[in-house]
Amino acid sequence: MKSLKEYDKKIVLGIYESMLRIRLFELTQSKVFRAGEQEGFTHLSIGQEAIPAAVCANLNKDDYITSTHRGHHHMIAKGGDLKRMMAELYGRKTGFCMGRSGSLHIADFSIGVLGANGIVGDGNPIALGAGYSIKLRKTKQVVVSFFGDGASNQGTFHESINMAASWDLPVVFVIENNMVACGVRTAEVCKALKNLGDRAIGYGIPGFNIDGNDAIEVYETARKAIQRARKGQGPTLMNCMTTRQHPHWEGDKDVRTKEEIEEQLSRDAIASLEKRMIRAKMLTEGQIKAYHDRVQKLVDEAVEFARKSPKVTAEDALTYVYAE
Amino acid sequence: MAKIMYRDAINQAMFEEMKKDDKLFLIGYDVGKYGGEFQLSHDLFKAFGEDRVRDAPISEQGIIGCAIGAAITGCRAIADIPFSDFMAMCMDQVVNQAAKFYYMFAGQAKVPIVVVTAIGGFIQAGPQHSQSLEAWFTNTPGLKIVAPSTPYDAKGLLKTAIADPNPVIFVTHKALYSIKDEVPEKEYTVPIGVADIKREGRDVSVVTYSLMVHKALKVAEKLAKDGVSVEVVDLRSLYPMDKQAVLNSVKKTGKVVVVHEAPKTGGFGGEIAAVIAEEGFHDLKAPVKRVGAKWAPLPFVSVLENAILPSEEDIEKAVRELL
Repeated sequence: MKSLKEYDKKIVLGIYESMLRIRLFELTQSKVFRAGEQEGFTHLSIGQEAIPAAVCANLNKDDYITSTHRGHHHMIAKGGDLKRMMAELYGRKTGFCMGRSGSLHIADFSIGVLGANGIVGDGNPIALGAGYSIKLRKTKQVVVSFFGDGASNQGTFHESINMAASWDLPVVFVIENNMVACGVRTAEVCKALKNLGDRAIGYGIPGFNIDGNDAIEVYETARKAIQRARKGQGPTLMNCMTTRQHPHWEGDKDVRTKEEIEEQLSRDAIASLEKRMIRAKMLTEGQIKAYHDRVQKLVDEAVEFARKSPKVTAEDALTYVYAE
Repeated sequence: MAKIMYRDAINQAMFEEMKKDDKLFLIGYDVGKYGGEFQLSHDLFKAFGEDRVRDAPISEQGIIGCAIGAAITGCRAIADIPFSDFMAMCMDQVVNQAAKFYYMFAGQAKVPIVVVTAIGGFIQAGPQHSQSLEAWFTNTPGLKIVAPSTPYDAKGLLKTAIADPNPVIFVTHKALYSIKDEVPEKEYTVPIGVADIKREGRDVSVVTYSLMVHKALKVAEKLAKDGVSVEVVDLRSLYPMDKQAVLNSVKKTGKVVVVHEAPKTGGFGGEIAAVIAEEGFHDLKAPVKRVGAKWAPLPFVSVLENAILPSEEDIEKAVRELL
């Protein structure tokens, strides 16, 4: 693990703030969801924050990402507005999708978030298409597709990565490998789980197996992959090992043992980055507390905004079925 | 006016629209150098190059996903899935993704894609290359479905479908690709959602689409000799369906036979009959009749295939029963 002293403080703090936004947004949302303030289902990413925060630190506003059913962290990392996100989760008119998407399909096309996606693995073909569009429109954009170890066993993974590789499309495939697919331990159904990055060999592209809880390692690997994509040299596959601290969906049972949970918590990405920042004298403990307080305030404001926003009404149900 | 084949009418529509819009591309297996499984895209590769006429691996989900992802980021796409049977391989992309985006993202993303796919038997292609699966799509909000029966309608509707900001399933028929018809050389379009009366009549209405239009026309011709006047309503679009054209015809004749090649049970004909029952009941002089395939997969050899698919005799029998 490298010392943070070698890094631009602005970049590290940017990644840290993004991770903190995700964590505090979701911890707060978990509370209001469990209190019955929101309908439906919600899948939280707590524990996986480092991956999108560090990957997206390399992206521009007009770059694209595709996301998954567990998609809040991707959206926040790409710069999603916390107020309009929370409002969507509350099913309000001010939400990004006016109460149609909720947690599962949240999207903000104005910042290149092409949607969280309720079908496991379906972000990959969409990312492939966005990559194709970039080639056809001859821009310098890139696409990052975030997906899980579960999605890596869908046929769409193979089809998309093969096509993107064949045509040198600017798509970076990022596996958030939390080792659980719904309620199944993925290792029981996937022999090479920890080395999913090796699958890249089969597509003739670079692949990496890295520690997804190490924000700096993710940042460095993503930087190379994104630079390569932007230069028109084609896709990269990044397998980022991580830990999901909450069950599949909020309120679901957890399949992990107590010992596993404790071991995973001991490798928490945010706590670990904070320790490194203190060691590198980037931030003091007091400054870290100030970060927490400031971000929590933003999240609380988002909740207040959502609560006060007008509810969608039944009259809205049949709008946006077809585009004119 | 030049007479051209149905496949060439499609080819012309693609060529003309691709010439107008350099963000429009065609994707599918065989669409490039080979010219398309049914030669729909012949010469397009030469005219537009590989980025615009993209040969893909046999990966239906990837093909449709590529079209969708490009369409929501500033391009337009035509995807070629040569047999509607293969739509089963990419139903998820069509139904869960393309059909949902505009609604689910509250208007943030339009999905201007056209999926060209051929239904139909009568070519002895067997159980996995002969099905007419159009009704799978007509129960999915967010999609438009068209099924032209003539070269004129095919060209005009494809141009409209390409310009449409929504996903359109463009249903062709393998047995129609070689039929010829007059197609104007100058620009024209056919609107989606407007039926066409292919033959006017007084006694019985046959409401149908795609290949069955031609079978109905032959029956009408034959029955005319016996003094029976059959009106043939070609829906052309299944969603949105031109209900008014159907109801107007029912008002005129009071007797209806609904015909399609897909199995009668669960087919789109049930929807047509239900619309007539709900909105045209008092104009009916007899119960609505339906003609469709019998309830079995489609075998390859013609004697078996013909025993299952609806024939001109089946249509004639249904019409005569109403007289």
